[in-house]
Amino acid sequence: MKILVLISNVPDTTTKIRFTGDNTAFDNAGVQWIINPWDELALTRAVELKEAGSVEKITVANVGSKLTEATLRKALAVGADDAIRIDSDPKDAYFVAKQLAAVSGEYDIILAGIEASDYNGSAVGGMLAELLGYNSVSAVSGLNIEKGTATVNREIDGGSQVLTIAVPVVLIVQKGITKEPRIPAMRGIMMARKKPLNVVPPIEADEKTVFVNYELPSPKAACKMVDEDNAKELIAMLHEEAKVL
Amino acid sequence: MNFEFTEEQLMIQQAARDYAQRELIQDVLERDEKCIFPTQHVKNLAELGFMGMMVDPEYDGAGMDTVSYILAMEEFSKIDASTSVIISVNNSLVCYGLQKFGTDEQKQKYLKPLARGDYIGAFLLSEPEAGSDATSQHTKAEDKGDHYLLNGTKNWITNANSATVYLVIAQTHPEKKHRGINAFIVEKDSPGISLGPHEDKMGMRSSDTHSVMFSDVKVPKENRIGEGGFGFKFAMAALEAGRIGIAAQALGLASGALERSIAYAKERKAFGTEIANHQAIAFKLADMDLKVENARNLCLKAAWLKDNGKDFRKASAYAKLYCADIAMEVTTEAVQIHGGYGYVKEYHVERLMREAKLTQIYEGTSEVQKIVISRKILRD
Repeated sequence: MKILVLISNVPDTTTKIRFTGDNTAFDNAGVQWIINPWDELALTRAVELKEAGSVEKITVANVGSKLTEATLRKALAVGADDAIRIDSDPKDAYFVAKQLAAVSGEYDIILAGIEASDYNGSAVGGMLAELLGYNSVSAVSGLNIEKGTATVNREIDGGSQVLTIAVPVVLIVQKGITKEPRIPAMRGIMMARKKPLNVVPPIEADEKTVFVNYELPSPKAACKMVDEDNAKELIAMLHEEAKVL
Repeated sequence: MNFEFTEEQLMIQQAARDYAQRELIQDVLERDEKCIFPTQHVKNLAELGFMGMMVDPEYDGAGMDTVSYILAMEEFSKIDASTSVIISVNNSLVCYGLQKFGTDEQKQKYLKPLARGDYIGAFLLSEPEAGSDATSQHTKAEDKGDHYLLNGTKNWITNANSATVYLVIAQTHPEKKHRGINAFIVEKDSPGISLGPHEDKMGMRSSDTHSVMFSDVKVPKENRIGEGGFGFKFAMAALEAGRIGIAAQALGLASGALERSIAYAKERKAFGTEIANHQAIAFKLADMDLKVENARNLCLKAAWLKDNGKDFRKASAYAKLYCADIAMEVTTEAVQIHGGYGYVKEYHVERLMREAKLTQIYEGTSEVQKIVISRKILRD
């Protein structure tokens, strides 16, 4: 089995978000970039399966500029065998899915994080399956491969489902797929230097989204305390200030 | 000049940060309180390659540079200096000394398992009556032809109980003074070795410190490091490198205390606003940040000199002296910023302050570093 893990390059989750160009672009000055946490879990599970002998090769792929190579290098240090960088800014989910579809052909299982922690679009995995004509399973919280058969656990309302799946398939994974993201060992960091990181040109693809502008969430208002005997004041505030009644 | 880190150095820093903030933090308070050695953490860190970071891959090390080691030590020490001293002794005293001065046989037999982290190493120099004055060794190594016979007591030995391999400094020819001193590789389970009780320390309580007694301990001749009489030079060379590790530990204690103080000052309110908005606190934070920045630069300079094969002896003394002193100052201010919360264990900064004190004492006191520096500037 060959696994492709899709890697989004996202700002560290503690980044202070700022915009430039009159709020039309994300300001990436001073931002530290990381592997999208859900993708990191997917990659860790893939590495565990490879260590168990049920996966032959793991490739990671990302659509991004040269800046994303540090993130891909980390994925190689964690245990991927090679990396593909499609050399373009990730313009929108459809554009990214189109690019990834062009490099996904040889893989049996494609793992996509359930969302990326930057735009939280939850779109690429499903779009990719559609473009490839593959089945997809969403909300996957467990993956095992034994004797060439893949079994997945899937969260459903009030419980979970166990499915055996035919490959090729796109699995959209969430927490639970593994315990914790793998910390790269020094040996892995050294080996990452020598593993292939292939840069491929983007294919022609439309963008389906226009970014108009960005807004920060409004700051949290200070908490107002109302005396327990003063229900009238509370109702008035909910009615007039919060406008929820 | 280039102040940029490489992609690999940043990856190592991140790996150390992830391990410290995800794993070491979990049980650090309990280990500190109950003096529990971090056995499982050391095993995990060995698997990640942190126990033999700078050892040549030919001897099962990770082959990383000293700059990477500084970055990792800082991250571990922000959270848990007890674990980072175990790493430091193994890496920059024991593995460094063996890699630089050991024979190939000694490296095959001892350096490889030490670099893999299968063994932990300890460095036995201090004695009840020989601390800073390391030339006055009372531990005797009598030359018996095919072996040496060790007798004496070593004090304040980090990793004394958990180690498999000791590097022991002992006197063979007292009449030759420091030129009669030898260094030996001694297996801890050799007959005649016994340990004193676990030292009940103020800080670094999760690392095991004991005195070690030698009573007619036979050491094979092939376990002597270097030529006869090389022991003192060996010890000094190991300490010169070891200082960089402890400097980075002190740096981590300071920067860890600073990070906690900034976070606390932005949340804690007094007189109607976050205390960070009061100049009294903001200026404290500015002073602490400047000290941490200077400390980091001194550490990295010493590491860079070492990595580039240049003389790092004065630089490592600068780094050790400055980092240890500012670690004490910054952690003390961190407790002050936290007020009453700073004085209870849950907020960590009191522990960082207790731990910082030791960095001014071990692997060469602050006063000894001043001797090193003043001799350098006056004699060179």
